[in-house]
Amino acid sequence: MWLLNSSIGKKLIMSISGLFLVLFLLFHLSMNVAAAFSGEAYNIICSLLGANWYAVAATLVLAAGVVIHFVYALILTLQNRKARGNDRYAINARPKGVEWASQNMLVLGIIIALFIVLHLSQFWYKMMFAELMGNHMVTLCDGVTSVSPQNGAAFINYYFHTSSLAALWTVLYIVWYVALWFHLTHGFWSAIQTIGWNNTIWMNRWICISKIVATVICGLFAIITIIFFLNGVGGDCVAACAGH
Amino acid sequence: MDKDINITLKVWRQKGPKEKGQFETYQLKNINQGTSFLEMLDILNEQLINEGKDPVVFDHDCREGICGMCSLYVNGHPHGPATGATTCQLYMRRFNDGETITIEPWRSAGFPVIRDLMVDRYAYDKIIQAGGFVSVNTGGVPDANAIAIPKADAEMAMDAAACIGCGACAAACKNGSAMLFVSAKVSQLALLPQGKIEAARRAKAMVAKMDELGFGNCTNTRACEMECPKNISVSNIARLNREFICAKLKD
Repeated sequence: MWLLNSSIGKKLIMSISGLFLVLFLLFHLSMNVAAAFSGEAYNIICSLLGANWYAVAATLVLAAGVVIHFVYALILTLQNRKARGNDRYAINARPKGVEWASQNMLVLGIIIALFIVLHLSQFWYKMMFAELMGNHMVTLCDGVTSVSPQNGAAFINYYFHTSSLAALWTVLYIVWYVALWFHLTHGFWSAIQTIGWNNTIWMNRWICISKIVATVICGLFAIITIIFFLNGVGGDCVAACAGH
Repeated sequence: MDKDINITLKVWRQKGPKEKGQFETYQLKNINQGTSFLEMLDILNEQLINEGKDPVVFDHDCREGICGMCSLYVNGHPHGPATGATTCQLYMRRFNDGETITIEPWRSAGFPVIRDLMVDRYAYDKIIQAGGFVSVNTGGVPDANAIAIPKADAEMAMDAAACIGCGACAAACKNGSAMLFVSAKVSQLALLPQGKIEAARRAKAMVAKMDELGFGNCTNTRACEMECPKNISVSNIARLNREFICAKLKD
């Protein structure tokens, strides 16, 4: 099977899975935008998704996308290291025009993956997973506050606004977005190039579009996180949280 | 104005493919800046021979930038600091008096060192043998204008055909990938009507040979394009991906 055996096939798997994850980021971003405006709206989305079969199915597809992207990154990197050989140049100069991100995609990916673990432990584990386990109330990290696993707004408020570690989480999440930004600035156009939708004219356009996509996604995530830190979830958050 | 300069050379010396290599340092005095880089190495070798030492082995042939034999990783760049030029087109006026110049062979698993600065680039020939040609019947030569070709296509094919197969792309690549070379060799034919007929078979055969020989997977860092002495564009790699994926989907 050429998709699994050939170098271009394996890269195509990286490309398609990467683009799929970009689509997920856009979806997640739209949820966060809702939360920035209204905790109630966000909770409507949370209950719409919850542990419903379609949300669980979509989560499995998403997890498969992440695993494929990660596993193929490792396979390709190991092959590339072998192809490169053990002898290193005494002097290495990064040629002009080579993006730093393009040469450090695996490292950036690992950083992003580690933050995904943190993020999932903070939210998904206590939301969808808790619900799947049949818990109707979960206790937040402070050991006191008890909320419904569908009350996403309360989670956001707790981690980014009321918790004593709110500043730490905010800074860590922004570090995450910066790593993601670098990963996307190269990843997006690289995915398009691998599919073959590129030529001399579109090269610069795709690189520009790549930077726009990365900046919109990571910039909005960062701005919304800072809003959460300063004001908590959207205007009516207090009501939403008081009524957990 | 070209001056005479004194330089220090750090040259990779390696007795054979299996031997362990190391850097040797040599001093060269009064090298005119009008000297080409390879002439400078000739001067070094003359000096070494007069001292009764082994001369430095390095590949070279036409010394006018078209044969693809010269290689050399000079101060961290394949073919040295000049852009769009091979090592033989590099002149000593690029270097200053008292400068230390580090000269290494291509370092990539696909190009094992034969001796000193000379590497085995036969892998590229094998890729060409796998499909980098058009099959034609012998006989009368057809009229050059019998097949009309759009000017833009002819230009792009010619730009791809500028590839001299020197191996700088794989040598510069952190992934040891030969994609720029293979894509140029596929593009130069795929763009022309004469080459289109075998385009699918060619793309599949050349990529299969490239993978079989253990070259790496392209991650689009563009280091190859930036270091290529013939300025081959990575848009050729997009074309190769396109040709290969379409060919496989049609199977």
